[in-house]
Amino acid sequence: MSGQQPIKFYQTGTFTVGNRLLDPEKRTVQASIGRSNALTSGHRACQGCGEALGARYVLDAAMRATNGRLVAVNATGCLEVFSTPYPESAWQVAWLHSLFGNAAAVASGVAAAFRVKRSDVRVLAQGGDGGTMDIGFGCLSGMFERNDDVLYVCYDNEAYMNTGVQRSSATPAGARTSTTPAVGSDPGNAFGTGKNLPALAMAHGIPYVATASVADLHDLEAKVDRAMAVHGARYLHVHVPCPLGWGSDPAKTIEIARLAVESGLFPLFEAEHGEVVRSTPIRRRVAVDPYLRLQTRFAHLFDGGVAGAEVIARIQAIADKNVARFRLASTETESELP
Amino acid sequence: MTAAELLSVAAFLEGKQAQAFPSFGPERSGAPVVAFCRIDARPIRSHEPIVEPDAVIIQDTTLLHSVDVFQGLSPRGFVLLNSKKSLDELGLVELASRLPHVQARVVDATATAEKYLGRPLSNVALLGSFAALTGAVGIDAVLQAIADRFRGKTREGNAAAARAAYELVTGGAP
Amino acid sequence: MKQIEGSRAIAETVALCRPEVICAYPITPQTHIVEALSEIVKAGELDPCAFINVESEFTALSVAIGASAAGSRAYTATASQGLLYMTEALYNAAGLGLPIVMTLGTRAIGAPINIWNDHSDAMALRDAGWIQLFAESNQEAADLHVMAFRLAEELSVPVMVCVDGFILTHAFEPVDIPTQADVDGFLPPFEPREVLNPAEPITIGALVGPEAFTEVKGLAHQKMLRAIERIPALASEFAARFGRTSGGLVRSYRTFDADTVVVALGSVSGTIQEVVDAMRDKGQAVGSLSVGTFRPFPFAAVRQALMHAVRVVVVEKNVAVGMGGVLASDVREALGAEAPLVHTVVAGLGGRAITTTSLRRALEQAHAGTLELLHFLDLDRPVVERATAKEMCR
Repeated sequence: MSGQQPIKFYQTGTFTVGNRLLDPEKRTVQASIGRSNALTSGHRACQGCGEALGARYVLDAAMRATNGRLVAVNATGCLEVFSTPYPESAWQVAWLHSLFGNAAAVASGVAAAFRVKRSDVRVLAQGGDGGTMDIGFGCLSGMFERNDDVLYVCYDNEAYMNTGVQRSSATPAGARTSTTPAVGSDPGNAFGTGKNLPALAMAHGIPYVATASVADLHDLEAKVDRAMAVHGARYLHVHVPCPLGWGSDPAKTIEIARLAVESGLFPLFEAEHGEVVRSTPIRRRVAVDPYLRLQTRFAHLFDGGVAGAEVIARIQAIADKNVARFRLASTETESELP
Repeated sequence: MTAAELLSVAAFLEGKQAQAFPSFGPERSGAPVVAFCRIDARPIRSHEPIVEPDAVIIQDTTLLHSVDVFQGLSPRGFVLLNSKKSLDELGLVELASRLPHVQARVVDATATAEKYLGRPLSNVALLGSFAALTGAVGIDAVLQAIADRFRGKTREGNAAAARAAYELVTGGAP
Repeated sequence: MKQIEGSRAIAETVALCRPEVICAYPITPQTHIVEALSEIVKAGELDPCAFINVESEFTALSVAIGASAAGSRAYTATASQGLLYMTEALYNAAGLGLPIVMTLGTRAIGAPINIWNDHSDAMALRDAGWIQLFAESNQEAADLHVMAFRLAEELSVPVMVCVDGFILTHAFEPVDIPTQADVDGFLPPFEPREVLNPAEPITIGALVGPEAFTEVKGLAHQKMLRAIERIPALASEFAARFGRTSGGLVRSYRTFDADTVVVALGSVSGTIQEVVDAMRDKGQAVGSLSVGTFRPFPFAAVRQALMHAVRVVVVEKNVAVGMGGVLASDVREALGAEAPLVHTVVAGLGGRAITTTSLRRALEQAHAGTLELLHFLDLDRPVVERATAKEMCR
């Protein structure tokens, strides 16, 4: 490639050009024709499903990291339902689905079996926020506590989507779900509730905890690689927008995921044995408004009323707190950016 | 292992059939405990609790006044009590007269245990007295059961205590 | 031969079956079994077996599910509340055809909380798709585990070995623990039909809709019926190799010319045999039938054993409140339209002792025709009547 043309590495809203200009080793797995396609086409996910995207990204990266020596254990939920409508299956990886709340435990069992057989096969457990943080929490905590050799991946779309968008402990404050409707004096999900699963994972002192987003494929793959490079209990929390549940445009799934990261609402960081070791600074900080506006589950906040504005302000405070806590303020100045 | 279980092992070692079981309950120290043992020549099929014992061993005589430990006792049965007091002092003379064919014997097994084992754990020692009193098992089998179950100083101590308690009843050397 | 606690006998025998993953959560009265196994594993006697201490029974069976699906011989044990807590996983394991073996130290289910023996837990999960075997003695309890692994792996059906809590688990009885060579000769290594293997990836646990669900259940039913054939065959093979009778579908005792036959599950069968002998000595034509396999229910074998009886008395350590006897219902179905009179005697609930005296009294009443169809043995009637009267006055 020759030329004196200034090359813009980024086009607004997309990173696709960047991948083509990278050295092959730095390209994502998705850029390779040799990728596993662990979750292949033909599944029944919604148009624009963030979870399908996230699962494909994660599994293909994990398959590369393990040379295909991988077994996946899936919790009940959207991912499981849309990928295995008998007699078809979209999985091109050894895959087991047991129940809603036991993916972590079942994965522990699979890992134990392979350990007993002195096999190099690695285990990845995956589930949604409901199956991971609520009903699956007991099993997850047990897996963490025993330091079982499992990478648990949570695809967090912030509600029980497959059953009709009911509130989970991952549902953000102010969000409308079918069980936290936008009615009454305190519409949407209550403030002061919810769980921070990455923090809880860190509290178990496990070898590796990370958050990732479908908005940043390189970052997500790097984290899967780092996770698979170590043994023991590991946790990856992936933010995945759900157009159906969030009331967003299916074409904007990645954009919305990026806004969640850039606003500070979804901080990207890594922790080892309970201590944060790396976080991804936000290059171009945005307010929470553009993010919230793209989702009808927050539409009630924009009715022009005082109450709505107050909630937005409180959500902004959450974002600000994350930025401070994880030191997400970028050191680059505005003028350096195209 | 309770004394009843050890007794069942002793009987087993003599080629008899034996079944031992405690009256069951949650883990709790300091609570009254009853344990049962059946010994027979034929295989034991029944799993009912023992309501008509041929012999009763009382390790803790403070229970005498809160529990009817002699309920169902066979008219030609045996009673072995662990105490420093005499039958009279224990208030059992009346019982003795009601059951003239019952052989009752008091032994200070706690003291024996303290002497040989260094701890006031009378249950194993009592088995030695039991063997002497009833002949249901022999002292050698009791000693063998102890040897199989315990190790080191506990084994030696329990064995010595059992033999001493045996001789307390047979009137052998102190 | 050893004079040994039932739990210990089970643990040592399970260890001989070369399990690869053992996971358990403590609950009375199973604790001594898993404690003994953890000792055996920690001492390195079962390398490379993994013993996993889990945080709940639901997890215990889930770990076994994962291990089994990955091709390892998996084992767990539980009782009562723990069994209920893993209910979802029980149905899941059966539905997925995973040959897990589990010891159930049978225990009453609360409320009210009760740690003593009865069969309510086994009864509660009788439809989960697990084979349920009941042990009459500690020898049989140990032996059944060897047969259980073989049966489970042959049919790809999980098996529950039901052992009376405390009465068997905590009792010292003589047990012949088999040799490793004999067990190896009877139980070959686990060869899963389907397994999680990256080299040949498959999807296990798909979503099955109305168009195929019935067929899946139909197949499961057929497998259970196949178990009815295989269980006696395995028991014969066991007898030939180990030299004693254990397991099987049912066991008759002096039923040949019996007018009255007493039917029961588990250890109470031994007590009943004593009563039968005592009554026979007095010239009464009594016999007993011990049901060794409760699920699948051996209808033909039960019918065969009972068809000439004038009356049947089913002694049950369980009551389906509002209905009556579960075992008795299955017995009535086995006997069909021309069934003799079938009495249900509910006994031993929550660990209440079943004595030969009380059993005998009930049987005499049955003979005299004065026994109710549903009779609670040794019930303190005045207590219940007073409480009922109080209820009525509200």
